[in-house]
Amino acid sequence: MFQPEYEAMERQRLEGLQLERLKTALIRVYENVPMYRTKYDEAGFDPASLQSLADLASVPFTIKDDMRACYPYGMFAVPMKDIVRLHASSGTTGQVTVVGYTAGDIDRWADLMARTFAAAGAGPEDIVQIAYGYGLFTGGLGAHYGSERLGCSTIPISGGNTKRQVQVMKDFGVTVLAATPSYALLMGETALEMGIDIRDLPLKAGVFGAEPWSENMRLQLEDVLGVKAIDIYGLSEVLGPGVASECENQHGLHVNEDHFIVEIVDPATLQPVPDGETGEVVFTTITKEGIPVIRYRTRDISRIIPGECSCGRTFRRIERISGRTDDMLIIRGVNVFPSQIEQVLTGIPGVAPHYQVVLTKRGSLDHVEVHVEVGADFAFDEIKALERLQKRVKAEIVSALAISIDVKLVEPKSIQRSEGKAKRVVDLRSEGSK
Amino acid sequence: MIKQLSVFLENNPGRLAQLTRALGDGGINMRALMVADTAEYGVVRILCDEPDRAVAVLEEAGFGVSVSQVIAVEVPDRPGGLADVLESLDAEGLNVEYAYCFVEPKGTAAVDIFRVDDPARAQQALEAIGVQVVSATGLYAPDVASA
Repeated sequence: MFQPEYEAMERQRLEGLQLERLKTALIRVYENVPMYRTKYDEAGFDPASLQSLADLASVPFTIKDDMRACYPYGMFAVPMKDIVRLHASSGTTGQVTVVGYTAGDIDRWADLMARTFAAAGAGPEDIVQIAYGYGLFTGGLGAHYGSERLGCSTIPISGGNTKRQVQVMKDFGVTVLAATPSYALLMGETALEMGIDIRDLPLKAGVFGAEPWSENMRLQLEDVLGVKAIDIYGLSEVLGPGVASECENQHGLHVNEDHFIVEIVDPATLQPVPDGETGEVVFTTITKEGIPVIRYRTRDISRIIPGECSCGRTFRRIERISGRTDDMLIIRGVNVFPSQIEQVLTGIPGVAPHYQVVLTKRGSLDHVEVHVEVGADFAFDEIKALERLQKRVKAEIVSALAISIDVKLVEPKSIQRSEGKAKRVVDLRSEGSK
Repeated sequence: MIKQLSVFLENNPGRLAQLTRALGDGGINMRALMVADTAEYGVVRILCDEPDRAVAVLEEAGFGVSVSQVIAVEVPDRPGGLADVLESLDAEGLNVEYAYCFVEPKGTAAVDIFRVDDPARAQQALEAIGVQVVSATGLYAPDVASA
């Protein structure tokens, strides 16, 4: 553990620290950022009135559009003379947003990323290859400073030129790789083409993030690279990498709660949900100076994993991000995420994890039909085997979503593949009843 | 034993025609075809002259195909002929999942196709009562999954 005095802080003390920092942060944004002042005045919220962490639930949210409206520097809480670094979000979902960091922010960020590398098992004797992109993207420099802070020999190779990456990994005796999971997998494949089996190299750990990945992907990466694959989470609006990361137990990502307050809210009602329940992840930064965000709605879907972790960290864990609220459906009043269906399907032999949800109206009721591809290798000679499969898929989806649905088995490879975002939902509910 | 192709088809207009056209374009000759259907989908079972190549042809054309082993018997052309066959399987405790038949153009006997849970044992049982089990070579010439 890099900073056990914080990472393993007794909960009550930690919450005291959070409250004290939160109070300061609220006053700071109210006094320095017109967007917050206007918003809080309109909502009748007095930042000085906050008495407990529970009171945070009554503070207005911040959303991506607020940041866009403030482009480029409107969200900054300090004058530009105090800003030492600018990054920008990748802009995959719309206009770019700019984030600024003070020297203090950069310093704290390095600590947080050092915690991440330490949690992945790295130490000063390790050689770390940073294959995240360096540039406006926070990944490269964010990881770089953390690796240096921990004392690792840090290779700022950035992304791209995969053959050289593999050669460097081999020649430099790299022990820890930081990259997006998909790029790490490509490195593994490229290495094999070059006649190098990365499993024979000293590489022992991978720090993977910046894109959603699955448990199956983890198994694949650990197999191909011969590493322990650690999931990390962050977003530029909140910090960049270093918001949360897994420990050696690989069971949930510890949120750096001394710097961020995490809440899970119901995306429909926006009310906080109890620990264990799934919803939208909301972050409040309580130490950021350059661009603090209060109750920032990430649109990422996760849940708090209840209970303590045996690693000794007291920070609560969020589960691997399972989807985005942009994909959320409200069916008969129940929130449904297509990713929940995907999760069910990956656990059932005989079906492919390709599916489409077709929504129609039957009378006044929403009707859901999930189209599921029969696996190309399923022995579908017998109708009864198909019927059993259909029943099983239906029962498992119903149990996961808690709404009734119908399942239609469709031909292998008949659901359109997409190179970008898959079209998982066909909503025909506005086209009248069937 | 005979290799039988099973193709999963959704109940969409023209889908069976596409299937048979793909086989035709691939130069595959069918000996028998049987469709088992439900409201939403069907399973098309096919006996053809080159089953291994037919699988490749159909997969290339985007169909999901699985191969299963069935047994083919020449059923004696007399009253009770089929009953004898089925009773001998029943006596062995062998369950017939499904059956279909076609008539050999050359011969006088009907050929019955059975899908049973244990085709090897079924073959023994049938041969024991003198029923002729047709081999793949007997059914069509090349690309053989011989009995």
